[in-house]
Amino acid sequence: MSDIGFVRTEMLPEQDPPASEVGIIGWARHNLFSSWFNSILTIASFTAVYFVLAAIVPWILSPTWDGTSLSNCRETLAAAGHGDAHGACWGVIKERWVQLIFGFYPSHLYWRPVAAFVLLGAALAPVLFSDRVPSKMLIFSALYPFIFPWLLWGGTIWMPIAALAGFVIGGLVYKFAAEALSTLLGVILGVAAALVWWMLLAAPVSGALDSILPIGIEAVESRKFGGFMLSVTIGVVAIACSLPIGIVLALGRQSDLLIVKYICVGFIEFIRGVPLITLLFVASTLLNIFMPPGTNFDIILRVLIMVTLFASAYMAEVIRGGLAALPRGQYEGADSLGLNYWQAQRLIIMPQALKISIPGIVSTFIGVFKDTTLVSIIGLLDPLGLSNAIRADANWNGIVWELYGFIALLFFVFCFSMSRYSMYLERKLQTGHR
Amino acid sequence: MSELMTDRQIDRSKMQVSDEVAIEISNMNKWYGSFHVLRDINLTVNQGERIVIAGPSGSGKSTLIRCLNALEEHQQGRIEVDGTVLSNDLKNIDKIRSEVGMVFQHFNLFPHLSILENCTLAPIWVRKTPKKEAEERAMHFLEKVKIPEQADKYPGQLSGGQQQRVAIARSLCMMPRIMLFDEPTSALDPEMIKEVLDTMIELAEEGMTMLCVTHEMGFARQVANRVIFMDAGQIVEQNEPEEFFNNPKSERTKLFLSQILGH
Repeated sequence: MSDIGFVRTEMLPEQDPPASEVGIIGWARHNLFSSWFNSILTIASFTAVYFVLAAIVPWILSPTWDGTSLSNCRETLAAAGHGDAHGACWGVIKERWVQLIFGFYPSHLYWRPVAAFVLLGAALAPVLFSDRVPSKMLIFSALYPFIFPWLLWGGTIWMPIAALAGFVIGGLVYKFAAEALSTLLGVILGVAAALVWWMLLAAPVSGALDSILPIGIEAVESRKFGGFMLSVTIGVVAIACSLPIGIVLALGRQSDLLIVKYICVGFIEFIRGVPLITLLFVASTLLNIFMPPGTNFDIILRVLIMVTLFASAYMAEVIRGGLAALPRGQYEGADSLGLNYWQAQRLIIMPQALKISIPGIVSTFIGVFKDTTLVSIIGLLDPLGLSNAIRADANWNGIVWELYGFIALLFFVFCFSMSRYSMYLERKLQTGHR
Repeated sequence: MSELMTDRQIDRSKMQVSDEVAIEISNMNKWYGSFHVLRDINLTVNQGERIVIAGPSGSGKSTLIRCLNALEEHQQGRIEVDGTVLSNDLKNIDKIRSEVGMVFQHFNLFPHLSILENCTLAPIWVRKTPKKEAEERAMHFLEKVKIPEQADKYPGQLSGGQQQRVAIARSLCMMPRIMLFDEPTSALDPEMIKEVLDTMIELAEEGMTMLCVTHEMGFARQVANRVIFMDAGQIVEQNEPEEFFNNPKSERTKLFLSQILGH
């Protein structure tokens, strides 16, 4: 029998890893040169990146910020020793960036969209960063939807107050009807009261109040809206409205009530089956045919409604995916504790379903935001529409890349922020399950 | 697993069955589509009873107790729980559910809420208990199931046995008069089964009315006052545990017992 007995008499001390495993050398060995094939790929990639940058960087770094026209830019480039057209003509951006952002909004009123979007940040903060911003700020977030259109479109201050009053009236009717009759009747009566107020009474009442006490700011017509401001306005409204509508549609689609279910299914499938451009054309032309003659239904409002409906249908399907991913046990757990349908949805189901759907929801948001450029097709002057208008100027005829590049940068900043925020949110909501 | 995996003495002083009826099921039938899952179930449970429901898988035992709090709908017959008749009326259903606690095989804790929030959610929203009081009560029950130190963690950070004890505490926070257990230990590792069974024994010692679907025959023998054997959607045999295990009457019961106790 061989001797297999072994006893360690001395424990081994810890040693530093070899130099080829740590630090920059170790990192490069692992990530860039782990085999001969990967080494070739690394070198080829670096070469490709070099050529791309070598072409783009000098173009971007062209000294044409003071150019007054395309030909003037070319002269500057030639004088500076750049190749003939090898350099951007940034003069157009310097001259027209204000227009690209504000469209034809009256320049002495630029403070209003600026204020609207600064306040938008303040209104979003308690929603987006609920753990860092005091929750009392939510009161401002709730009021913001009434401040936002008033700042942009102007007019009498009584209009947003009348709109807000509709919610108060609806709420009060619900409260009394729910106590006196039943919850369902309360909801129906409350909604009906608010609708009657908005449709029939809000405009005359605010008009009357305005004639008694005229407080207001200068009104700006919708056709003066344009540029990136228009894109953000449409994008923000569509995003903010599509999420709640999408949730309701997704729940409706799963409902046991057949009529509710089929209305939701029909709506979602119809909207998803039709291109957004078609809906926008309907909004810009066909809708007028169905309206009583003389009705002035604001074009931006029509577009907002169409884009919101379009986004809601997609949102509903994304959220349905989240609902489907929840185990049945979550519903049963909530049921077994005696939570009613809405409590279970609000406290148990939706927080989890929405969390699962965050990547899909944010993708839809980003898609909607970028789709707002389609409004240029029906004649609204979003940044793309404006870029055509700018090119129609004899000075800038022939400019392409600079304008599109600038517009792309604006969109990228917004879309990339949304994407990063969604990743932050996913990390924050991670509670260690799965 | 014929022996109960606990070494503690069981205190039977409070395990008393009263005359008050807790649950009454009469002529109950249930179908899944055209499949007849529960056939003519008649069962009366008194306050303070500890009933173990056993049977092969697919025999309808889980379906039976899930009918008691309307997680499943029955098509025929009458179910009365704690004086309330189960009907389609949502108010009745919510009332019964808030009086009847249920513990599931897969715990069904809410993973996005902390342990404490899991326990306070229903008392706050259903019972309208003030938050502070709900939290105090939750801590009381978490101490009872011996995991108060985990209150701020999330379910995903706990072991299976701990999660199941939280699930029991969560049900108890609603102060139920009846507890339903649907295979509470079937998804657990052997050493975790003991901690969950200990918690259940403690509940039984305090006089809780319990209906328990389980394969833990040791628990049935030592804690239950009645064992019900189901097969093919019917109650085949019921008896006191002593008689049930030592002297089964039906052939089907004998076969079942020989299979689960035979090794």
